[in-house]
Amino acid sequence: MGALTFRNVWVEYGDKVVLEKLDLKIEDKSFVSIVGPSGAGKSTFLRLALGQEAPTRGAIDLDGEPLRAEPGPDRGVVFQKYSVFPHMSTLQNVMFGAECQARFTGRLFGRRRREAREAAVAMLEHVGLGDALAVYPRELSGGMQQRLAIAQALITRPRILLLDEPFGALDPGVRLDMHDLILGLWREHGLTILMVTHDIKEAFKLGTRVLGIDKRRRDPQAPHRYGSTAVYDLPLDEKARKKPPPPDLAAAV
Amino acid sequence: MRRLLNARPHGGGGLLLGLLPILLLAIVYLAASGARHAENPRDRILPTPAAMAAAIQTMAFEADPRTGEIPLVADTTASLRRLAIGIGLATATTLVLGLSVGLLPYARTGLGPVITTISVIPPIAVLPILFIAFGLGETAKIVLIFVGITPVMVRDLAAHVSALPEEQLVKAQTLGANTWLVAIRVALPQALPRLIDALRLALCPAWVYLISAEAIAADVGLGYRIFLVRRYLAMDIILPYVAWITLLAVAMDLSLFLLSRSAFPWAYSARNR
Repeated sequence: MGALTFRNVWVEYGDKVVLEKLDLKIEDKSFVSIVGPSGAGKSTFLRLALGQEAPTRGAIDLDGEPLRAEPGPDRGVVFQKYSVFPHMSTLQNVMFGAECQARFTGRLFGRRRREAREAAVAMLEHVGLGDALAVYPRELSGGMQQRLAIAQALITRPRILLLDEPFGALDPGVRLDMHDLILGLWREHGLTILMVTHDIKEAFKLGTRVLGIDKRRRDPQAPHRYGSTAVYDLPLDEKARKKPPPPDLAAAV
Repeated sequence: MRRLLNARPHGGGGLLLGLLPILLLAIVYLAASGARHAENPRDRILPTPAAMAAAIQTMAFEADPRTGEIPLVADTTASLRRLAIGIGLATATTLVLGLSVGLLPYARTGLGPVITTISVIPPIAVLPILFIAFGLGETAKIVLIFVGITPVMVRDLAAHVSALPEEQLVKAQTLGANTWLVAIRVALPQALPRLIDALRLALCPAWVYLISAEAIAADVGLGYRIFLVRRYLAMDIILPYVAWITLLAVAMDLSLFLLSRSAFPWAYSARNR
């Protein structure tokens, strides 16, 4: 079953074409890595999936329903930076999703609050932040902040998790820990993940499918007239994931 | 020897260094006052400490036989009341307008130009209009403070709110927040420390507008008193009044700073705390 479907999607700003003729079906429970050179439209692609931007032409469906061009609770997101709220403690950051059910006060009380707190504590323990419940994000390291951002995004059980270079700013060792964490969560929660990354090894290590986004054609006189599309689309089985990425793709990125 | 750039005062030395200029100013004043009094014992321009103490005794501890009130207490109460109402209204308005303009594109487009325009009008130029519109009573003075400080505070807060990372607003929406929840749970808490900062900076102009309004039309108030006794060259009253105003302003500034630091620990890094 296709969770997210792009049908002939174009994104244009004036006469500048960013994405063209994008036809994709993202399978349920897949982990799709998106790679491509800088400025090729990876972020635009993610903004489309997030609903921050609407396609100029074409349609995007989520579970057969047209996607609303507005971020919503069916799609969770982790950005490279600014993903958590600096004025909330780690526990408050993770409880925020549940508290948004109170449409007017934004606060829960009594039993519902206790339940939300227990769920948040369990989630924080799961990502390894069980000892840092009352700490503000600025006191956490970069890796811990991303753990927090992931916990915060997962607590509302989103249909799709979007990751925008989530580990790009982390040290190599921390990055490996985060890979284990995200793979574990992906299997346990049966998530569908779209991850934009600059790191081709990371893309092949984590993904069940790698999408390369780039321009198929170039016009040297008017480079903006051709947009990017999915030029590579490689499904990966367990064996393919162990092998190094194909050299032509690595060269393109 | 250490470069000047790297030399730092330590502990009590720093305090002493800070007090030194104040002490020097006091000595210069006393010397000048003494010299003038040596020439003319009835000099009023630079009163001696004894004369000022006598004036403080009359103004701050004895009831005025005509009104039955202690002048300094009556003046302070009246002035602080005007200031509190004016600043309170300004703060509440700033919170609502600053959040809306900072957060909602429609409010930014609709209200941005008018707020910017109003904020560049010199408030004192509007004072005659206020006196004509609201009479010479309390209202005109409070409105002057309000009109004087609100537009700048709104602009400052709106700029701060619109500079919040877009990632935060998107993240909140993906967690299920609607516009209202983003406003009260994400933008408002992060706006409050900035609002207090804006308020601290607005205190000085607020005092300027208060004293201007009181100087022109009032029958009680700190500004009224200073301008009243100016006619008699009563520097022995003016100087203690100015010192008292300074003290009040410093106390307000300091209490706002302490309030902000204790209420919003996340906004201050561990080192500053």
